[in-house]
Amino acid sequence: MADYNPLELLVCIGSRVIEDNSTVFVGTGVPMAATMLAQKLHCPNVIAIFEAGSMAPQMPGLPISVGDSRTSYKALIASTMNDVFEMCQRGMVDYTFLGGAQIDMFGNLNSTLIGGEDYQAPKVRFPGSGGANDLASLCWRTVVITPMDNRRFVEKVDFITSPGYLSGIGAREKAGLPKDTGPFKVVTNLCILGYDDDTCRMRIESLHPGVTVEEVQENCAFELLKAKKLETTEPPTAEELRILREDVDPDGYIIGR
Amino acid sequence: MYDDLIGLSEGQEELFCNPDADEARAYFKTKTRGLVNKVMTAEEAVKTIIKDGDYLAVGGFGHVRIPTAVLYEVVRQGKKNLGMAGHTSIYDSDLLASTGLMDRCDISYVIGYEIRGLSASARRAFQSKSIRKTDWSNGALAWRFAAGAAGLSFIPSRQMLGTDTFKHSAAKTVECPFTGQRYCALPALYPDVAIIHVHNADTYGNCQITDGILVSDPFVARAAKKVIVSCERLIPHEEIRANPKGTTIPYYCVDAVVEQPYGSHPGNMPGEYWFDEDYFKLYLNTVKTVEGTEQFYKDYIYGSKDFEEYLDKVGGFKKMRELRAIEKVIYTNNC
Repeated sequence: MADYNPLELLVCIGSRVIEDNSTVFVGTGVPMAATMLAQKLHCPNVIAIFEAGSMAPQMPGLPISVGDSRTSYKALIASTMNDVFEMCQRGMVDYTFLGGAQIDMFGNLNSTLIGGEDYQAPKVRFPGSGGANDLASLCWRTVVITPMDNRRFVEKVDFITSPGYLSGIGAREKAGLPKDTGPFKVVTNLCILGYDDDTCRMRIESLHPGVTVEEVQENCAFELLKAKKLETTEPPTAEELRILREDVDPDGYIIGR
Repeated sequence: MYDDLIGLSEGQEELFCNPDADEARAYFKTKTRGLVNKVMTAEEAVKTIIKDGDYLAVGGFGHVRIPTAVLYEVVRQGKKNLGMAGHTSIYDSDLLASTGLMDRCDISYVIGYEIRGLSASARRAFQSKSIRKTDWSNGALAWRFAAGAAGLSFIPSRQMLGTDTFKHSAAKTVECPFTGQRYCALPALYPDVAIIHVHNADTYGNCQITDGILVSDPFVARAAKKVIVSCERLIPHEEIRANPKGTTIPYYCVDAVVEQPYGSHPGNMPGEYWFDEDYFKLYLNTVKTVEGTEQFYKDYIYGSKDFEEYLDKVGGFKKMRELRAIEKVIYTNNC
């Protein structure tokens, strides 16, 4: 087995979720590395969209920000934030990649605060939605990439910053969110999770090499469902790791932290 | 679980700016239409245009094409009780939060420095009650500016619904009169003053953003009652006339033009210079403690009489040439 760290694993597995010629709205951090890796491997024509307004760049190096010059290098258009979120709202964006401090069984995400009994003076304040709420509301499929532990995978998030399936079947539509949108996959360092069609609850779909169902469940504070047939994830290939280390993130901004 | 959020018809936090379209029109009626020279120093612009209590909007992307030079002047002049749109904000909102000048904020992104981590001083400020907070998403604030730019009092949208972000906003829901669809109703945002950094401007305030992304700046400039522009360089008026498609912000929106080369440092200015990562590392390490924060602002901002003196402290011409080289290599090497 090739030697890789958990972040390298996340980036490599995350990069495989997207398809060539799809539109992918990219958040800051691990998603940038995963998208850039996909672009250099199986998705040369992926349309990567960044919230500050650029689309389909040929990134010369890993962006530090979703608004920096690398995100508009050889792009097709350097536009406005209004334009790219309108593109999401009218149904032109297939995937978005997000992270968060907490996630629950319906894929609801928290990136706003911990300990919110008093919203005005929370125990810990995070940056807030950024574009995450817009993307989780408006893109067709939300993919979350995150390390897995039971402080992150919680029974109830302290604050729903960005909508998953909210309280379950039909809740998104009832709230007024666009039809047929919502959580799609959760890529973690232990497994790939998806959602059960009947209940909208998170389920284990593929275990990474050497990982057991028990180990996944120990790292999750709510009960996970299991897909009928559990797959085993193909580990990162030597080529994925080489391109990731040499071309995508040679300075270790993402994978070296 | 969460059922209370799904049918919620209005957010419960404070709306900081009046969305009334006629009130905005009454102000815009008084704005000068003449082609007049608006060039002044950052010190003069902040002194004459920003009042204590004003609500500010800042252009760029938090650490990309930000009007640092003008913001330092706001800090030095100690403008008080400022409101702010914390829209994709990073170093810009940190400056006003860490110095205690901000007392209210529409938050969509604050405290974070993207992949560099978080600012401890901004976090201390935003965790305390000294800043009144209302949450939104980036898209929501972008469209609130667009509603202002369009002269409306609200705009319907499809995000935020069903979440705590909606609950802790000042949005409401509205039913479409044509389809019955439930929408989020976002109140227009007309800031008192917008501060925007651009590549080129003429003396009247016609602005070109010649490289990189626009974020929401075309809308912010049109929605704001007053606009202070800083630019990397002043260009002749004829260059604007020769390329009308290049004008991102027209002069009649603008109240002051400040020429400030490297005016976005330590931010990235697309096509001009890259982030000053040494500065960000030093800043984020130093502001971990309250004492460090006070000392940093004393050394670099209060202790610099103007932006040129600050640039000398952070490495001067040599450093600027290095940041310019990094940016230009991005543009010339397809590595």
